[in-house]
Amino acid sequence: MAVSTHLRKLAAQLGMAAGAAACGASAYAADMVGGPAELQLNLQRPVTDIADQIFDLHTGMLIVCLLIFIAVFAAMFYSIFAHRKDKGHKAATFHESTTVEIAWTLIPMIIVIGMAGFATRTVIAMKDTSNADLTIKATGYQWKWGYDYIKGEGEGISFYSNLSTPRAQIEGKAERGVNYMLEVDNEVVVPVNKKIRILTTADDVIHAWMIPAFGVKQDAIPGFVRDTWFKSKETGIFRGQCAELCGKEHGFMPIVVHVMSDADYTKWVADKKKEIASKQEDPNKVWTQPDLAARGKTVYENNCAACHKSDGKGTPPAFPPLDGSKTVLGPMDNQVAVELNGRPGTAMAAMGKTLSDTDIAAVVTYTRGAWSNKAAVALVQPSDIKAARAWDAAKVTALVAKPQ
Amino acid sequence: MSAVLPGHAHDDHADAHGHDDHHHGPPAGFMRWVTTTNHKDIGTLYLWFSFAMFLTGGMLALTIRAELFKPGLQIVNPEFFNQLTTMHGIIMVFGAIMPAFVGFANWQIPLMIGAPDMAFARMNNWSFWLLVPAASLLIISFFVPGGATAAGWTMYAPLSSQMGIGQDLAIFALHIMGASSIMGSINIITTILNMRAPGMTLMKMPMFCWTWLITSYMLIAVMPVLAGAITMTLTDRHFGTSFFNAAGGGDPVMYQHIFWFFGHPEVYIMILPAFGIVSQIIPAFARKPLFGYASMVYATSSIAILSFIVWAHHMFTTGMPAAGQLFFMYATMLIAVPTGVKVFNWIATMWKGSMTFETPMLFAIGFIFVFTMGGFTGLILAVTPIDIQLQDTYYVVAHFHYVLVAGSLFAMFAGVYYWLPKWTGHMYDEFLGKLHFWCSVVFFNLTFFPMHFLGLAGMPRRIPDYAAQFADFNAVASIGAFCFGLSQLIFLAAVIKCVKGGPKAADKPWEGAEGLEWTVPSPAPYHTFETPPQVK
Repeated sequence: MAVSTHLRKLAAQLGMAAGAAACGASAYAADMVGGPAELQLNLQRPVTDIADQIFDLHTGMLIVCLLIFIAVFAAMFYSIFAHRKDKGHKAATFHESTTVEIAWTLIPMIIVIGMAGFATRTVIAMKDTSNADLTIKATGYQWKWGYDYIKGEGEGISFYSNLSTPRAQIEGKAERGVNYMLEVDNEVVVPVNKKIRILTTADDVIHAWMIPAFGVKQDAIPGFVRDTWFKSKETGIFRGQCAELCGKEHGFMPIVVHVMSDADYTKWVADKKKEIASKQEDPNKVWTQPDLAARGKTVYENNCAACHKSDGKGTPPAFPPLDGSKTVLGPMDNQVAVELNGRPGTAMAAMGKTLSDTDIAAVVTYTRGAWSNKAAVALVQPSDIKAARAWDAAKVTALVAKPQ
Repeated sequence: MSAVLPGHAHDDHADAHGHDDHHHGPPAGFMRWVTTTNHKDIGTLYLWFSFAMFLTGGMLALTIRAELFKPGLQIVNPEFFNQLTTMHGIIMVFGAIMPAFVGFANWQIPLMIGAPDMAFARMNNWSFWLLVPAASLLIISFFVPGGATAAGWTMYAPLSSQMGIGQDLAIFALHIMGASSIMGSINIITTILNMRAPGMTLMKMPMFCWTWLITSYMLIAVMPVLAGAITMTLTDRHFGTSFFNAAGGGDPVMYQHIFWFFGHPEVYIMILPAFGIVSQIIPAFARKPLFGYASMVYATSSIAILSFIVWAHHMFTTGMPAAGQLFFMYATMLIAVPTGVKVFNWIATMWKGSMTFETPMLFAIGFIFVFTMGGFTGLILAVTPIDIQLQDTYYVVAHFHYVLVAGSLFAMFAGVYYWLPKWTGHMYDEFLGKLHFWCSVVFFNLTFFPMHFLGLAGMPRRIPDYAAQFADFNAVASIGAFCFGLSQLIFLAAVIKCVKGGPKAADKPWEGAEGLEWTVPSPAPYHTFETPPQVK
């Protein structure tokens, strides 16, 4: 913070009013735990052996490069200072020297091969994903992460992880929290000092799973499974975000890993399993319109509002308004089919892949009665959604076709 | 624009025939530029076109920096932000840098090798005028439904399959620009190999011609590869193929391999002619011959060859086997060797010279100093584990702007100031030139140096909003960017002023300059070297 104050003072002194104002705007950004610090100049503090090695490799490279840089440019600037015409320096005529030229080819070659040599051990260690204690699959979706604990303690746990920063903060209507943009509703929880293998894949386009403090970054490629690993030496929370351009909300799909002691982890697994069991809703439950619409509002805010907007106005032409939409006000089957399967040739994704029957029913019910919408049939039950998932392909194709 | 034409420049009464009775002048007016087959006219067209594209791409960049000035979403929405980053990249690479170097080649190669014109004069006209519809497609794509492509300038599959028709327009634009580049390259190779003045052996040729000869071969080798990659994208999008679609048996990563097999040589396509320009300028202002001419030629060739076997260093995080990572790490590190040889040669050329520091020399020295920083960050990124940490962060953004802005762009500024007296017949305003240099170099570093810190701290590229801890350096970068952008208006003013008038330039305005281009009058007459000069 001292540096930051200094910088702000410097900016003000230089008369850079805009710069000072901008620095002032972020004056309250305290350092983020497990994420970046304000005015951070170097890599994040490493908490795995691999990240330690990367940190040291970087420091080593930086020192070697700086030394060469200083040596080379000391020569250049000395020459600029001494060998100038206005000082009466007469040009020499020498050129070509086999000895010098061989030397300045061979010496750099030895240096760069040496640098690569130091890194080789780390390259091989990073690829060794064998003998993991816990294997978690991370699936990239536009735009959230899904996690499945597939092997090890906690096997069977599965959840989605969304950005939890409120839209109001992003739009500047509320004060930003310290973890702004790097906070999620469901954190990945893992035990400390255990080898965690992360399998990555994606549902739609390429994403990338990264946690700087672990020295981990792995592309998540649709149709393929890749893997990486980490073994955190510390408990705590560590943050990263999607690192491969994946469309509109690429900047809004963070990754948060919570590293716990073994005992805490065991407790978390038990609690999480209980929570998942309690969420197993009865798909045959019959809901009233107000209850289902209230739930639908939350589902809508978390899954739909980024494109269709909270006020249902959308961002045409790519993301049409739902307020007054023909599909929302038309036959129920069409909207349910689009919601479950997406609309081909448009950005509308198949929400049926990630939302439960109850959530689909809730969000459909909500949109049919929200804003100025007053659909003739405003309520759909989860059991109807369950039935709709079984519709044959031809029927679905007909239902999701764009209305003429 | 007509003020730039050599025939007019020394005669404001617009009678191009007036002074040079030994040749036919160009037809007057607009049709002159449409129908011209003259290498100087076409060079001028290329240079003005690329400058217009530079300003267009610059406007997109400033919109990006305005949005990133502070956290939150203020000016543009995320989908438009992605269009901006994508189109900034495409326009700067294919619209600004590449055509600008072809402009230099057109003007200078015939003058430097003592040829009367380019080998295929009509194809030369065609290869320029293809650029205009291509650029129009790119600009129009902002206004079609769904807007311009937002898949990044690399257009990775399968994201590119989700885009609207803006993606198709970009693909067609790149096809056309690729065809233009290939024609330009064939022309340059043929001109250099067949039309050198008697006595000018390859190893006596100016270094700028050497770098362009090698660059041309690289363009012919890789532009069809790019065309293939984007054609497959096109058929995946519209004709039901599955080259890059896993669900149909394809592989999204295959796109990246093909793209970067083009993309990495492309990096050197954008820097080798810059090396050539700097290699002309340093000896001229040090008043001392280039230290190691032959080793410069070999270094350029080595860089070109190595650039074909390092492409997958752009893909370390896709998950290739350790053997692949090690091969591409070692191969990439090796490129530092010939690049280092070049830097050492330039400094050895300056050593014990008799230097003066006019604007071309300032930009050339600025180039060496700042480009070398980009070279060092490239070396750091070549180390696989560090690359995995820094891939797709602002560190990479800093790195390639150090190479492309401080590298390619500064070298082009150096070249423009160096040859403007020959092109216009007037000396440019030295004060404006120096002001342009100092503003550019200071604001360039203000913009891009803090991005190293952002990248190290973990800020990903291509995001419209960021954690508040990244705010300070982003604000500094945005201020730097706006000042850098405004500084380029000084350049425009300096060039226009020089075109319109100024002290008469001598045939050889630089004391230490060498080469055939300085044996013809300033401005260079419309036709030069109709009788080949004899080179000893």
